[in-house]
Amino acid sequence: MKNDIILAGVGGQGILSIAAAIGLAAVKNNLHIKQSEVHGMSQRGGDVQSHLRISDKPIASDLIPKGKTDLILSVEPMEGLRYLPFLSKDGWLVTNITPFNNIPDYPGLDDILKQIKLLPNHIAIDADAIAKQAGSSRSSNIVMLGAASPFIDIPFERLEDGIRQLFGKKGEELVNTNLKALKAGRDFTEKNR
Amino acid sequence: MEKLLLLGDEAIAQGAIDGGLSGIYAYPGTPSTEIMEFVQGSKQAEELNIHRTWSANEKTAMEAALGMSYAGKRSMVCFKHVGLNVAADAFVNASITGVNGGLIVVSADDPSMHSSQNEQDSRFYAKFSLIPILEPSNQQEAYEMAYYGFELSEKLNVPVMLRITTRLAHSRAGVQRSQVKKQNQLHLPSDPRQFVLLPSIARKNYKKLLGMQPAMDVESEKSTFNTFVDGTDKKLGVIAAGLAYNYLMENYVNGKNPHPTLKLCQYPLPHKQVADLYNLCDSLLILEDGAPVIEEMLKGFLNLGKPIHGRLDGTLPRDGELNPNIVAKALGMTIQEGQDIPDIVKNRPPSLCQGCGHRDVFEDLNEVLKAYGTGRVFSDIGCYTLAALPPFNSVNSCVDMGASITMAIGAADAGLIPAVSVIGDSTFTHSGMTGLLDAVNKNSPITVIISDNSTTGMTGGQTSAATGRLFEICQGIGVHPDHLKIITPLKKNHEENVRIIREELEYKGLSVLIPQRECIQTFARRKKADKNESN
Ligand code: SF4
Repeated sequence: MKNDIILAGVGGQGILSIAAAIGLAAVKNNLHIKQSEVHGMSQRGGDVQSHLRISDKPIASDLIPKGKTDLILSVEPMEGLRYLPFLSKDGWLVTNITPFNNIPDYPGLDDILKQIKLLPNHIAIDADAIAKQAGSSRSSNIVMLGAASPFIDIPFERLEDGIRQLFGKKGEELVNTNLKALKAGRDFTEKNR
Repeated sequence: MEKLLLLGDEAIAQGAIDGGLSGIYAYPGTPSTEIMEFVQGSKQAEELNIHRTWSANEKTAMEAALGMSYAGKRSMVCFKHVGLNVAADAFVNASITGVNGGLIVVSADDPSMHSSQNEQDSRFYAKFSLIPILEPSNQQEAYEMAYYGFELSEKLNVPVMLRITTRLAHSRAGVQRSQVKKQNQLHLPSDPRQFVLLPSIARKNYKKLLGMQPAMDVESEKSTFNTFVDGTDKKLGVIAAGLAYNYLMENYVNGKNPHPTLKLCQYPLPHKQVADLYNLCDSLLILEDGAPVIEEMLKGFLNLGKPIHGRLDGTLPRDGELNPNIVAKALGMTIQEGQDIPDIVKNRPPSLCQGCGHRDVFEDLNEVLKAYGTGRVFSDIGCYTLAALPPFNSVNSCVDMGASITMAIGAADAGLIPAVSVIGDSTFTHSGMTGLLDAVNKNSPITVIISDNSTTGMTGGQTSAATGRLFEICQGIGVHPDHLKIITPLKKNHEENVRIIREELEYKGLSVLIPQRECIQTFARRKKADKNESN
């Protein structure tokens, strides 16, 4: 098995938590993993992306080659489109539809959604609204992880373990909210794919 | 031993701790920062009483590490590639003094300039200093090289460079640990003159360093980090250095690379292995991240003999980091890209945080400068450099740490009056203080703004060497008290701050203004930590 995932978003949107949750789950499943992160300057509201590779065989490159990505998981609608050259023919784009608008020339949301809908495999989800329903608007990134989970070759229970480990130190309440968020995201995709 | 999921930087830190480290010295700089941060956060390092505080700059860090080595213990110093320029004086001389306890110099290069002013290749410096380089291709090797580097350093009696690039520094993978080694006992060098570089002694030491070169070759020749794998297609042989090896192998499903390949992770170049590959194949392809260091060495000036392909002949781009696609193209493979980026996707450059004190500083300053026109603001490196971008468009120079004050001096000498210098608190102690002394001595007609956020903001909020003492330092350096002022950069103080800045710009001598307001990121973290503690 091999999953090449690009996580896309804007600095401060929590894509590294998503990466960490998947990473912890992958390690628990005895899989090989490479995950390249973004640090430093690019985090001040600039675009950020992380390459996450999981496989049952050793992985050579820290970077995913173009055209080989199985899944782009984007926590912001325009950012998902930025990495289309990396997406494989039958890869999926799973994206949040709430824009993060901190630039003067941000395109119209309708135009963005139109582009997204042109892709054969896509899930567009209002993660912010679903997160609010699940009890915490701050866990929209975990909703996104849930929404993408059907396309990640790791058992859902392992992802739940990953969430438990990631938020365990911060108390049971936070663990439960995030587990709920994860499940809500998953349910959305199961219903809408 | 357990397996850990670590960044390349963290693997280096853990490898050093397990390899008998007694002290680590560093100045923060992307992508090297996380090495020190990991040691600072490590329980094990705390129990082992490993020294681990930030230094004022890379040179002081390098010298402190050398001092620890002098005293017989194993030390590590870490910075980014441009930091090596700051440490260069001490770094080059450390190869002449040699070491007593093992000394590893980690230099983190940034090909593609993800967050740097240039993409210089640190391997040039190590070659120039005649010391070995270890260049890991993955996180496991990063761990092992830090672990083993001390031994190599002690055996060869020189510092060893550990060279990484951004990609590895900030990528995570599983790492298998080794047995923890004991730290060295305190012991002085057996030759009491070893570290005294008076010319007569330096000449002797330099000969000794030259004499060690064959031993360094032997170490590379037998190093398990350098491995040769034969292949069927001898038309092309490949030398792949460090991370480039992974990009090569990514293109061969199931690891079946047809080309005889030398994976090269330890320098000096293993002469015999390189010559064997050259003789075996009709041509060579050199894959290295950074500058064409190996390629130039093998080609020589006259370019005689078999074709050698790489960055110099255009087979690979001359700049930027490598990746699997670039390497595939160099191998003549066709790659399948996905779709193009839709035109509607816009750039999203980084910017100062909302609510950052630097914003107010530049709003105040821009208003005053309206009367003078643009082109007068010299800056250096920190979050505030982002004021070069819209909406501020204020900063006109960013060359290196500390260059804001000294460049303003030069511009004022040329007649550009007033000239303004903007520098951060950490940068000021890094290399601004000496420049300020120049300005004091000449009473240069410049206005220095030390935008003090009580931290090293750009790299994520590390301690800044002079927090709370900037005023006294400027006083001590000799800034006239009438023109040394602290202001608070807040919206409500806008009118007053504009007035003060205008006054000081009009003054025909040196003024220093210190706008003081904590970075909102560290402020928020501190508040959160306080709250957790009181719970
Ligand atoms: S990190 Fe701190 S200093 Fe840097 S832009 Fe943000 S608030 Fe300002």
